[in-house]
Amino acid sequence: MITLLHHAVQAKPPGTGIVEYLTVFVLAAFVGIEVVSKVPSILHTPLMSGSNAIHGIVLVGALAIMGEAHGTAQLVLGFLAVFLATLNVVGGFVVTDRMLEMFKGKPNERTRAPKGADSGPSDPA
Amino acid sequence: MPAVSLPLSTVRDLVYLVAIAGFILALKGLGSPKFARQGNQLGAAAAVLAIAMTFTLPELRHSGKNLILALIAMVLGAAIAVPVARRVKMTAMPQLVAIFNGVGGGAAALISVIELLHLHSLGRKPAVYITAEVLLGVLIGSVSFSGSAIAFIKLQELITGRPITYPGQQVMNAIVGVAIGVLILVSLLTGNIAFVFILLALALVLGVIFVLPIGGADVPVLISLLNSFTGLAVAASGFVLDNNLLIVAGTLVGASGIILTRLMSSAMGRSLPNILFSAFGSVITATGGEEGDASRPVRTGTAEDVGVLLAYARKVVIIPGYGLAVAQAQHTARELADALMARGVEVFYAIHPVAGRMPGHMNVLLAEANVPYDELKEMDEANPEMSTADVALVVGANDTVNPAAKTTPGSPIYGMPIINAGEAENIIFLKRSMRPGFAGIDNELLYDPKTTLLFGDAKDTLAKLVSAVADA
Repeated sequence: MITLLHHAVQAKPPGTGIVEYLTVFVLAAFVGIEVVSKVPSILHTPLMSGSNAIHGIVLVGALAIMGEAHGTAQLVLGFLAVFLATLNVVGGFVVTDRMLEMFKGKPNERTRAPKGADSGPSDPA
Repeated sequence: MPAVSLPLSTVRDLVYLVAIAGFILALKGLGSPKFARQGNQLGAAAAVLAIAMTFTLPELRHSGKNLILALIAMVLGAAIAVPVARRVKMTAMPQLVAIFNGVGGGAAALISVIELLHLHSLGRKPAVYITAEVLLGVLIGSVSFSGSAIAFIKLQELITGRPITYPGQQVMNAIVGVAIGVLILVSLLTGNIAFVFILLALALVLGVIFVLPIGGADVPVLISLLNSFTGLAVAASGFVLDNNLLIVAGTLVGASGIILTRLMSSAMGRSLPNILFSAFGSVITATGGEEGDASRPVRTGTAEDVGVLLAYARKVVIIPGYGLAVAQAQHTARELADALMARGVEVFYAIHPVAGRMPGHMNVLLAEANVPYDELKEMDEANPEMSTADVALVVGANDTVNPAAKTTPGSPIYGMPIINAGEAENIIFLKRSMRPGFAGIDNELLYDPKTTLLFGDAKDTLAKLVSAVADA
């Protein structure tokens, strides 16, 4: 099994890669469509924001390309790519979490804070 | 340990596969109210795992100053993203999502450019399909980048939210479109990388001219579409880099983003082409003018009168809209609701699916103000109760209660489901002015004999109502 896997990884005849990737692409597209076919409208915004964070994984690509960058131009562009991708992935997940945090708890468990204490912990900043 | 050991590259691919599964589950979770937050956290965990694993790439690990630069860029990015994402006001959230989306598209475009430069510097002439992947990544990523930037500027109200049109717009769009098509063809045929940079520039222009004619109310749908574009750009960079993780994650977002965009536009009762291109033709015919129809009489009231009306009502329905959000009035609205409930008045909020600036935005804003769930009713649940309500209190909403959606076939919002505020015994509009809503159409309900208007900032007016109810 392991050897098979090994071979599959190693022995890739030239030119077949693109077909494999296209297969993956098509399958992923169907999964993507299927997964969100029924979403209540209150979750449209968090879902958009959450999927926005997921494509932040482009950071993996930015890091990979940074590894092979040579020369000033490639390095500068690579630095920029890593920076932008980090903004996307980190900011995306954090802001989505903040949105969803507000949906926590069940109606009955939610106790109303007394007046004056309902604005949350006051931040001096 | 047995003697068999997997090569590191295989382990890395397997970890990426785990991350892929995590992302699919994350998307699934985000679609259900119960598991949304766990879904997002799972997605974040998958991302952290995949990013950490990427540092095992020998090229990156042994790249010396490249590695250091990459780490600096990451620290810098995180140091900016975390505080911004944590501190941004919830009303400004759509803009922020636009920005985070745009930078992702920018990163994807840059990756494609760098890979091309890299291949070029090695003296290799890339295969045609690789050039095609690069061109797609650059095109889609750049459009998403500049389009998101304009969407941000519109939502931040740095420029007008109204559709921006100018003479010769269609000609200009056609020229840019044709130029891009020709460039792609020429680059594919010649493999000359100079064309890629021209394409980059033109794609940035395309993003701008694509977004300018789209009205402020439709921008959230547009952001969802651009989000989908960025996903596809990321998938394209996955093809360029031979990376399944990027292909799958990008495609997932690309495909689900298209579906989500359609869900959003149908919640607004519009078709996607209508949203994207309506400003080009003359589809918007029923505009009511900047200040509405000044010649028709409306009834304005005082906070004291309305306060008494509310205090002695049995059932009050609050219909919040974007005006409530811009005035940051959600906390004051809750105070008013609490004061009324303390007097035994039945109060609930009727939430239109597209209230606020994005679908679901209003729920987030009211949840932030600690409004309990059981006081929030979705439109379908609220509408049957409207006829038994004594007062419909419309706070900063307009299009979502406009009967033109039902009665005027020529209207741009015709067919959009609305909250039947008109069925209530009394209708109170809290408005800043007679200006029509985002859709730019007059609201017949404002002239209804049952309607009383209270002009002013939503927050101030609500505060006056709170004290009026207390005095009543």
